[in-house]
Amino acid sequence: MQAYLTLVRREMGAYLLSMTGYIIVAAVTFLLGLSFVVLMVKLQQDSTPIPLTEIFYNTQFFWLILLLATPVMTMRLFAHEKFSGTFETLMTAPVSELEVVLAKFSAALIFYTLAWVPLLACLLVVRHFTNDPSAFDVGVMGSTFLGIILVGAMFVSIGLCSSALTKSQVAAAMISLLSGGFIFCVGFLADRVAAQTGWKNQFLASLAFFDQMHDFVRGIIDTRAVVLYLSLTLFFLFVTLRIVESRRWK
Amino acid sequence: MSDGMMIEVTNLTKRYAGRTAVSNISFTVGRGEIVGLLGPNGAGKSTTMRILACYLPATSGTVRIGGLDIFRHSEEVRRRIGYMPENNPLYFDMRVREYLKFRARLKGLGHRQSRGRVDVVLEQCSLTDVSHRIIGQLSKGYRQRVGLADALVHEPELIILDEPTIGLDPNQIRAVRQLIKGLANTHTVLISTHILPEAEMTCNRMMILYQGTILAADTPENLQHFMSSKSQVLAEIAAPIDELKACWAEMPEVERYDVSACEGEYFRCALTPQNGLDLRPVIFALARERGWRLRELTRNRHSLEDIYVQLTRPPEEEEA
Repeated sequence: MQAYLTLVRREMGAYLLSMTGYIIVAAVTFLLGLSFVVLMVKLQQDSTPIPLTEIFYNTQFFWLILLLATPVMTMRLFAHEKFSGTFETLMTAPVSELEVVLAKFSAALIFYTLAWVPLLACLLVVRHFTNDPSAFDVGVMGSTFLGIILVGAMFVSIGLCSSALTKSQVAAAMISLLSGGFIFCVGFLADRVAAQTGWKNQFLASLAFFDQMHDFVRGIIDTRAVVLYLSLTLFFLFVTLRIVESRRWK
Repeated sequence: MSDGMMIEVTNLTKRYAGRTAVSNISFTVGRGEIVGLLGPNGAGKSTTMRILACYLPATSGTVRIGGLDIFRHSEEVRRRIGYMPENNPLYFDMRVREYLKFRARLKGLGHRQSRGRVDVVLEQCSLTDVSHRIIGQLSKGYRQRVGLADALVHEPELIILDEPTIGLDPNQIRAVRQLIKGLANTHTVLISTHILPEAEMTCNRMMILYQGTILAADTPENLQHFMSSKSQVLAEIAAPIDELKACWAEMPEVERYDVSACEGEYFRCALTPQNGLDLRPVIFALARERGWRLRELTRNRHSLEDIYVQLTRPPEEEEA
């Protein structure tokens, strides 16, 4: 436990004490700002009963941020350590592979969550100027952030896994970007087949990430989606653990 | 616990895809010893050390450290080892004290304990002045000391240093050697190097590794003794050259001789003795008896350099 906490602190430090961390946060904030502009324009046009978070989600910036930011956040985690050789000092300390993988994952997820905080500020600003308390419903806000964190955990674990595969940060980022893109495509496909029947289609329909996320931003927490994201995250973490351990069987 | 061997390596082999890096080596290192692992680049030093530090698995063979098998008790063994890898990788974005504190905590030291130990190793490695500087901005000598401090911070029983003085200037090398020597008695140290004088100066025992096998393992003195049977005697004598040559040819103790002109009337005689005899008293007596003027008389002690070159020379070069 002590090793885990020490490693989480170190990884958080690596994000927050380096330029890269702030550049990533700045980029995410910029994209959130753009989505805020689009959101304001939409609000100007006509009054609408749908929650703010849903309008935000409909601007489509959500997926762009997810697809672009998570590979950049996670590419460093293992690839840089392997490249600079610090992986050797790390793994010859009395720590287990599981602690290392979990610590890196936790730190990346915390940092990812931090990067989303500006969204909260955007929504508070809207609430302040609309003078409508119902625009900012705590329940809807909670489920939105739960969705953001759950989908994010899946993308972060994919990024972590890619980073463990290679010494090159660029390669790691490309692998996780491609994997993310693949998941994105599966989401599109799932949208198309949702109405049809048959086990293959049903299986595919269960991977309808867009619909599931849409539920979260409307304040609906669907346990099927929660289980799906959690199990995919665990799966990728398990694969990462195996990759890190593979050094010991080679 | 104080008796028994610190390191016991039995029939250790490590094969990478298609290449054998370490081939069936066995050795032991007792507690409190400083042992040097010597060999040219690519001899298998780093591989051996990485296996001992539990970073790489062995293909076959067993390694026990402090009586514990490194494969089965990996974490416990790692707790007892302070390892500094080749090229000394560090987190360049951290400050010296912060890094050492992080490493101490990672190695399981408590809050207060780690603060105390960090202060001790900062002092021990003369890093107190730079403890608040960022590692990436330090000179190579300081970085090397940070690596050493990291290896020492949790008071390990065994310290493994892979080429600790590589790339340092002579003053820094001396400082690092002093530090390593200071660790004797309280710690067992295994260092690797391809620089001979280093091993000669710091180690109680050396192992010469070449192409994955141990060629020789002994104290520096014994290795020298082993070679001294072929040591030459050099004498600079002022005397007629013919007389000198005739004299050496007659002497039964001299196996081979070579006389060459020196400046003035002096000649330089290089004499190889039969079975390791010391020729110097004989030559001195001879010079006095015949009234030669003797200017210099030295015995070529074979340095470890020669042993090393001789043992590790590829066969084709020997024929040339």
